[in-house]
Amino acid sequence: MLNALLVMAGVAIVLGAILGYSAIKFRVEGNPLVDKIDAVLPQTQCGQCGFPGCKPYATAIAAGEAEINKCPPGGEEGIQKLAELLGVDPVPFGVETRPRDKSVAYIDESTCIGCTLCIQACPVDAIVGAAKQMHTIIAAECTGCELCVAPCPVDCIEMQLITEKISNWKWRYPVYSMDMVQ
Amino acid sequence: MRTLYKFHGGIRPQSNKSQSTQNGIVRTTLPSHLVIPFQQHAGEAAKPIVQVGEYVLKGQLIGIPEGFISSAIHAPTSGIIAALEAQIIAHPSGLTDLCATLLPDGKDEWITHEKTEYLSNTPEQLRQKLRMAGVVGQGGATFPSDVKLKLGMHKVKTLILNGAECEPYITCDDMLMRERASEIVRGAEILCFILAAEEVIIAIEDNKPEAITAMRTAVSGSSKVFEVVEIPTIYPGGGVKQLIKVLTDLEVPSGKLPAEIGVQCFNVATAHSAWRAIAYGEPLLSRIVTVTGNVRRPQNFEALIGTPINELVAHAEELPGANGYIMGGPMMGMRLPSKSVPLVKASNCIIVSSEKLFPPALPALPCIRCTRCSEVCPVNLQPQDLYWFAKAKEFGKAQTFSLFDCIECGACSYVCPSHIPLVQYYRFAKSEIRVRTQEKHSADRARERHEFREYRIEREKQEKAEKLAAKEKAALAAKELEAKSTESVQHEAELHKE
Repeated sequence: MLNALLVMAGVAIVLGAILGYSAIKFRVEGNPLVDKIDAVLPQTQCGQCGFPGCKPYATAIAAGEAEINKCPPGGEEGIQKLAELLGVDPVPFGVETRPRDKSVAYIDESTCIGCTLCIQACPVDAIVGAAKQMHTIIAAECTGCELCVAPCPVDCIEMQLITEKISNWKWRYPVYSMDMVQ
Repeated sequence: MRTLYKFHGGIRPQSNKSQSTQNGIVRTTLPSHLVIPFQQHAGEAAKPIVQVGEYVLKGQLIGIPEGFISSAIHAPTSGIIAALEAQIIAHPSGLTDLCATLLPDGKDEWITHEKTEYLSNTPEQLRQKLRMAGVVGQGGATFPSDVKLKLGMHKVKTLILNGAECEPYITCDDMLMRERASEIVRGAEILCFILAAEEVIIAIEDNKPEAITAMRTAVSGSSKVFEVVEIPTIYPGGGVKQLIKVLTDLEVPSGKLPAEIGVQCFNVATAHSAWRAIAYGEPLLSRIVTVTGNVRRPQNFEALIGTPINELVAHAEELPGANGYIMGGPMMGMRLPSKSVPLVKASNCIIVSSEKLFPPALPALPCIRCTRCSEVCPVNLQPQDLYWFAKAKEFGKAQTFSLFDCIECGACSYVCPSHIPLVQYYRFAKSEIRVRTQEKHSADRARERHEFREYRIEREKQEKAEKLAAKEKAALAAKELEAKSTESVQHEAELHKE
């Protein structure tokens, strides 16, 4: 009887020690949920969600302080993915937040006065230029967040829709007209 | 006699090749105008180096290769560049791309080009020459040949010349082998020299006895180790991986290139143009193209790149009832968005379609899981599962079921009793996955750039604060020093007084 108790106690102590050790040794830095949510978000850093970037929004979702339907650039699919990840029901977009077609900023270089305000506004450093020098967008890095449009004092930045070209063309989902089916 | 092996599946569709092999290759007359796209190859488009209104000579470089995987574009005849603008090209999207319009002056005047003896060049020089001559694979994928000839870590032991031409209707390689066998063999010698390959196998399907005889005669005079192998006629036996399996019993692993298992494969037409490019200094300006289907005289033409396809078809005389053109074969080809799109380096065959030849597809019925598709799949995939995943847009699962190993040969759609356009689903899923991967990549970059920006702003703030602190400290020290010095001055003055 005593032996059995001792053995069980011994096993419990050993396992407890292992658990305690591994809890310290393999401790996960930061909140893994925030990173997982952040990975789903489109990283436009546009602030349309009301938070100053994708990471803060991810943190707010993880803390249960924000809804999952605040990210228009992520689209319906983004909501779907977030719902799946968090195990909640998908929420449709509100009336004001609607996904728009993807666009890229364009600076009319002849109007630009070189004030650097847009450079300061760009969240991903996708604008090059210097004070009193013409600025330009690095189109490949632009996320289309539109944050540079408002600060421009001479309104020389416009958002251009990304048109379909051969290089970005996609095969369509096969669909058939009804008369063919009949 | 070489032992041949079998690949999984395959089909035997009606070949429809004899119609266009009754007559020899005919060189077409100069068309009214030429439209030359700058993207005729896999990889980056060539960069235009001509101006509108410029007079160019035949063979003059008009687009230089940009990037590692790219190729050069040349003027196919002498004349004036009338426009540089986006025009509809042979692409399933029907979208436009940058092209040069060339108005021939009728003189067909060559630019100076020199003959070279390939043995007096290094492999690297030859590769560069092929790149600048715009030589790309002419089997359909138009991959720049110089890139395939670059010797990496992998030693290529076997060079395969692909003369299988397994798709129905197409006979351009067949006719090329019949008429220009020795030039193909010479080209293969060059390719073999660059790769330092040990053996060269020329594979031809057994439904082309004339081509086999011609090639056998041509190789008998060669010093290299050539072997002409007759392979069974099974579609898609001309697919690179299938051909390698049949000839060597080696399987190219998923996601790997043939060179990684010591094999490299070129189309016979590519070998031919490599020979013209090196030996005569002639860039790739024309190609052999089969014009067949609903035409009075189906046959092969040697046409200039950029020839409007309707002008090419006119040589074979289109019959009434034509309802469009198909570029490539009936299995893997595409319907052209317009009849006047230009001929490109990839155009091996133009089929004039009619309702009689290609009746409209029957309505698709639900999949009954008969697995006939998996029996014929040459890559040993499970097409019915891939179809299911693509239809449900479950792209992750489709990828784990090796969607990207699908060569889009169309054998599954061919045998499907429910007439499901399976390949269309795979193409849809593939391009969707490609776009998503790209989007993910750019999102990751944006995150990285954003985080670095935050870090930089933070660092700048800190540096400013530190500078300010240092300044304040310095000011304080200066004040103290001043106080001390005034103190000492006072002290001295006091001493003086005393």
